[in-house]
Amino acid sequence: MIKYICKRLIYLVLTLWVIVTATFFLMKKLPGSPFDAERFNMMSAQQQHVILEQYGLNESLPKQYIKYMGNILHGDFGTSFTYTGQKVSTVIGGRIGPSALIGIQAVLIGLALGLVLGIIAAWKHNSGIDYFTMIVAVLGVSVPNFVAAALLQYYVALKWGILPVGFWTDWKCSVLPSVALSFSATAMVARFIRTEMLEVLEQDYIITAKAKGLSPMKVLMRHAVRNSIIPVVTILGPIVVNLLTGSLAVENIYTIPGIGSLFVDSIKANDYSTIMGITIFYSAFYIFVVLIVDIAYSLIDPRIRLAAGKEA
Amino acid sequence: MSRLLEVNQLRVQIETQHGTVLAVRGVSFHLDEQETLAIVGESGSGKSISVKSIMGLLPKNGKIVEGSILLEGKDLVKYSERQMQSVRGSDISMIFQDPMTSLNPTMTIGKQIVEVLKEHRKDMSKAQMKERALELISLVGISNPEARFDQYPHQLSGGMRQRVVIAVALACDPRILIADEPTTALDVTIQAQILDLMRDLQKKIKTSIIIITHNLGVVANIADRVAVMYGGQLVETADVRDLFYETAHPYTKGLLASIPKASEKGSELTAIPGTPPDLMEPPKGCPFAARCTKTMEVCRQYPPEDMLCGENHHVRCWLLDERAKALRE
Amino acid sequence: MDELFVRVHVDESEKEHIAHPNLTAFQEGWLRLKKNKAAVASLFTLIAIGLLALLAPVFSAYSYKETNYDIIYQIPSAAHLFGTDQFGRDLWVRTWMGTRISLLIAFVAAFLDLTVGVVYGAVSALIGGKVDAVMQRFIEILVGIPHLIIVILLMMIMPAGIWTIVVALSITGWVNMARLVRAEILKLKNQEFVLAARVLGTSTSRIIWKHLIPNTVGVIVINAMFTIPSAIFTEAFLSFIGIGMQEPKASLGVLINNGYQVLRNFPHVLIFPAIVIVLIMVCFSILGDGLRDALDPRMRK
Repeated sequence: MIKYICKRLIYLVLTLWVIVTATFFLMKKLPGSPFDAERFNMMSAQQQHVILEQYGLNESLPKQYIKYMGNILHGDFGTSFTYTGQKVSTVIGGRIGPSALIGIQAVLIGLALGLVLGIIAAWKHNSGIDYFTMIVAVLGVSVPNFVAAALLQYYVALKWGILPVGFWTDWKCSVLPSVALSFSATAMVARFIRTEMLEVLEQDYIITAKAKGLSPMKVLMRHAVRNSIIPVVTILGPIVVNLLTGSLAVENIYTIPGIGSLFVDSIKANDYSTIMGITIFYSAFYIFVVLIVDIAYSLIDPRIRLAAGKEA
Repeated sequence: MSRLLEVNQLRVQIETQHGTVLAVRGVSFHLDEQETLAIVGESGSGKSISVKSIMGLLPKNGKIVEGSILLEGKDLVKYSERQMQSVRGSDISMIFQDPMTSLNPTMTIGKQIVEVLKEHRKDMSKAQMKERALELISLVGISNPEARFDQYPHQLSGGMRQRVVIAVALACDPRILIADEPTTALDVTIQAQILDLMRDLQKKIKTSIIIITHNLGVVANIADRVAVMYGGQLVETADVRDLFYETAHPYTKGLLASIPKASEKGSELTAIPGTPPDLMEPPKGCPFAARCTKTMEVCRQYPPEDMLCGENHHVRCWLLDERAKALRE
Repeated sequence: MDELFVRVHVDESEKEHIAHPNLTAFQEGWLRLKKNKAAVASLFTLIAIGLLALLAPVFSAYSYKETNYDIIYQIPSAAHLFGTDQFGRDLWVRTWMGTRISLLIAFVAAFLDLTVGVVYGAVSALIGGKVDAVMQRFIEILVGIPHLIIVILLMMIMPAGIWTIVVALSITGWVNMARLVRAEILKLKNQEFVLAARVLGTSTSRIIWKHLIPNTVGVIVINAMFTIPSAIFTEAFLSFIGIGMQEPKASLGVLINNGYQVLRNFPHVLIFPAIVIVLIMVCFSILGDGLRDALDPRMRK
């Protein structure tokens, strides 16, 4: 077990290193400068030199690289080009809140709704509600999140005025974005647990449970659901990825001051350091989630937990 | 005096995407107190479906279309699902073939035994239930019950798991235990142990057993009476000695002949050529007519009637009719 | 009835009865797929969309970039089946033009993914040993990086255009296919029928071509079915946030972005391309699921 975690941590570091390096070199190849061309050219050579110096753009490439890597290990991701003077880490830090709130809410909605739909669909296989759930699942995965978000905004916020159109004034502003973001999560969870349950329901221990004289509800909850729910943990990785990418569009549409919209803005403004900072942040976050999920899974499933115990 | 269990003219249908299968076609048998009845037959003969009907555990697409199942005089076919739930696990228990998959992998075995007690013995306290579970674990021959109570199924071997399955089934002292091929998935040495266990427990708990098998060795080991099924019907029923030594039906004779004997080294194995009939369009006469070596015209046209050929020995075969005397060898 | 008690001869053929005739895996799969009405409907819908994408712009009186400020924001009418946008351009033509481009990008990207993925996975599985181990490590590192991030970064440094998008999409998409192909081949390699073929003296290349590949095709096709909508989505997404296709060229993402900007007052500009993209994704999904069910050997009874 410990061996396994160590191995994974090594991969994590390795992957992050690859990402940082790749991002660094990609950024250097970006056409266009982070600075406003007009104003920059109007400055004297000396002033230009000073600015370049400040951002460390004067030195040779390998030197810049090493300096960058060194800084990162200290948690310093450089200074933002658009939010002049502020450290990238501060800028990102300030925007984590909204993204986190919306993300967590979306996951919770996705899990709750997805589990209920998926379980009912499998239990009443081939009935009306099964087909309904399948349709919801297909739509959830096929309707692009920006389309869903846009439509939600149009109908619920604009036309019916039930919820705010955007911005970040109070909690109500997080409702529509969370809902829009949760579609894909709900679909994935529902589909997955339905498949798991259908397989579980074919197993012999379900008949054994019935032969004990248990009512259908008890068979369902104690035996079927219990065995189907554990593997759901394994799709948390893909769900997180979906949420990360989804947040780019959703935060844009609802004008949420989160990391997603920061990323898009940085891209449009060619803000190298912020782009790199966010890229590294996203990747690290994702890899951590996957690692934690894997460890959690091996702890929850008694078959794996005890088998591993025997070896160790 | 009504018998413990009486199955009369049972007919069961299964709806499949290709059509309706008449899996059980007019089967009747009985079970008395403290006896072991073996039901023998190949796959598709209808034996599993027959016993599942007794428990009310037919698959969703299965239906009892005719017949009665009397447990001490009360017809189970007429019971509601609720009533059947109170029968299952307490009056009649069932164990299945594959011990590797019969137990819930994410529940400790102690919990799985207690579960059936919780369901039917609400008079017991939690402590009493645990007591009883530990008692059962050691009753089925598993050592160190305290430790085993908290273990998960995958931590036990196949033989031990089957013992646990039996413990679960006997927890509420059922009148009848139905065992559907309980030893088929086990190693030969373990098979013998499990059969011994079942015989022991039967004496201790005074339960009756219906055991389904296709292995005549198991039959010889444990059964008091035997019922042979073919093509959805019962072709021969007899006390175990009579079945082996006064075999009447050609199919049963074929089964016995196909058992390889160590003394016949070097000679070919005898098998019964052909395959069982299609139960979507069952043959109108005797189901074995197409594969029998002594088929007569009447066999093809009319299903044989139930004939008595010894004490407790019933056969369905036209050969035993007096009109066929000349053709019997 | 007495006269019936006479011996009869039983014909050999009566003894055995076979439930239904033998079909190859593909034939059976195709039959099963045909029964799945949703999948068949999806197939037809996709063909219809494909045809419209190909032919509608050709047969239309308008071009996709022809502007006409006299007729801006018109709702659907006989002259303009989908109405016009803020520049007076005919939306019918633009929608199908956009579909054409989106589909093109998606198919080419999926094809590239397929090629690279299949070769990588097959080589990895067939050679095995150390080479396999190294190739897998490489994939494990790649997998740690969210796909979309790489795509966005690449889009930023390469000049805008169709081929850029295609390349960017392909660069990370092949990983999934490689993994699936490798898993499938490993599974097959160890199955008994390969051992049987070996024992009979079949050469290695013959084993590869006649046994391994036909069985892997199922997995490849199914995965491709899911890669395409993924590519369409990614392209649309990129164009929506402004770094994909650029105006005046049309792609579904560009059109939806356009429509979103004027959503408040003129919803029709968004609705039509939205419907088309949803239809495409839904149909591929259903078709993919249907294919997977149809080709799954476990379902064959």
